[in-house]
Amino acid sequence: MEILIDYCWVFLVGGILCVIAQILIDKTKLTPARILVIYVTAGVILGAVGLYKPLIDLAGAGATVPLTGFGYLIAKGAKEAVLERGLIGALTGGFTAAAAGTAAALCFGYLAALIFKGHAK
Amino acid sequence: MNIEKESYKKYVKKRAKKSPIIKNCIWAFFVGGFICCIGETLFRAYHRRLLLSHQDSSAWVAVTLIFLSALLTGLGLFGKIAKRAGAGTLVPITGFANSVVSPAIDNKSEGWILGVGAKIFTVAGPVLLYGILTGVAYGFIYYIYLLCV
Repeated sequence: MEILIDYCWVFLVGGILCVIAQILIDKTKLTPARILVIYVTAGVILGAVGLYKPLIDLAGAGATVPLTGFGYLIAKGAKEAVLERGLIGALTGGFTAAAAGTAAALCFGYLAALIFKGHAK
Repeated sequence: MNIEKESYKKYVKKRAKKSPIIKNCIWAFFVGGFICCIGETLFRAYHRRLLLSHQDSSAWVAVTLIFLSALLTGLGLFGKIAKRAGAGTLVPITGFANSVVSPAIDNKSEGWILGVGAKIFTVAGPVLLYGILTGVAYGFIYYIYLLCV
C-alpha cells in the first residue's frame, strides 16, 4: 500500500510541474526554450533556499526528473563543493553535478546524428 | 467547390477550437506524471536491486531517460508524442534530451562542426548558461555566508 501512495506523489508532483509549464506556454506564449531556462534556474534557486529538498523527499522522481531537479542538483553540487574546497567549489560544483546528464545528452545526440537521417528544414 | 471550401473552413475552426488550455493541461499532467513514474521505477531498480548509491541511481535514471529520448527522437516518434503532450514531455529531462538530440540530427547537412557541433547547443546552451550562472552565484554567496558565520 505504501508503494502506491509513493507513486501517487511521484505522479502528482511530476504532473503538476508539467501543468504549470503548460499554462505558461498557453497563456504567455513563452517558447519551450525559455520554459527550460526558467525551470532550471528556478530549480537552482529553490534548491539554494532549501525548498526543493523536501519536495524530493516527498515525491522522489516526481521532483528529480523534471528539469527543476537538474537545477537542484547544480545548487547542491555548488554548496557541497564550497564546503569541501572553498571558493573554487563555487565554480566546479555546479558543473560537476550537471556533468552526467549533460555528457549523456551530448554523446547520445552525437550518436543519433551519426545513425539517423535528418529531417532537413 | 466553394461550398466545400466553406464547410471545410468551418470544420477546421471547429477542430482548432477543440484544443483549449484545459485539454493541454490534462495531457501534460498525465504524460509528465507517467514519465516521472517511469523514472521512479528505474530509480528503485537501480537503488534497491543494483544497490547503487542514492546519487548514482539518480544519475543513471537521468542517463536512461536521456537515452530513450534520443532513441525516440531519432526514430521520429518523440515529436509525435510531444505534439500531444506539450509540457508533459518538455519539462522532464526528456525535453532537455530532445532539445539536444533533435537539432544535432536536423543540422547534419551543415557539417559536423558548425552544423551538429554548434546546433547541438541551441537549447542546451542557454539552459547550461543560466543554470550554471545561478549555481556559481549561489556558491559564491554561500562561501561569503560561511565566512560570516
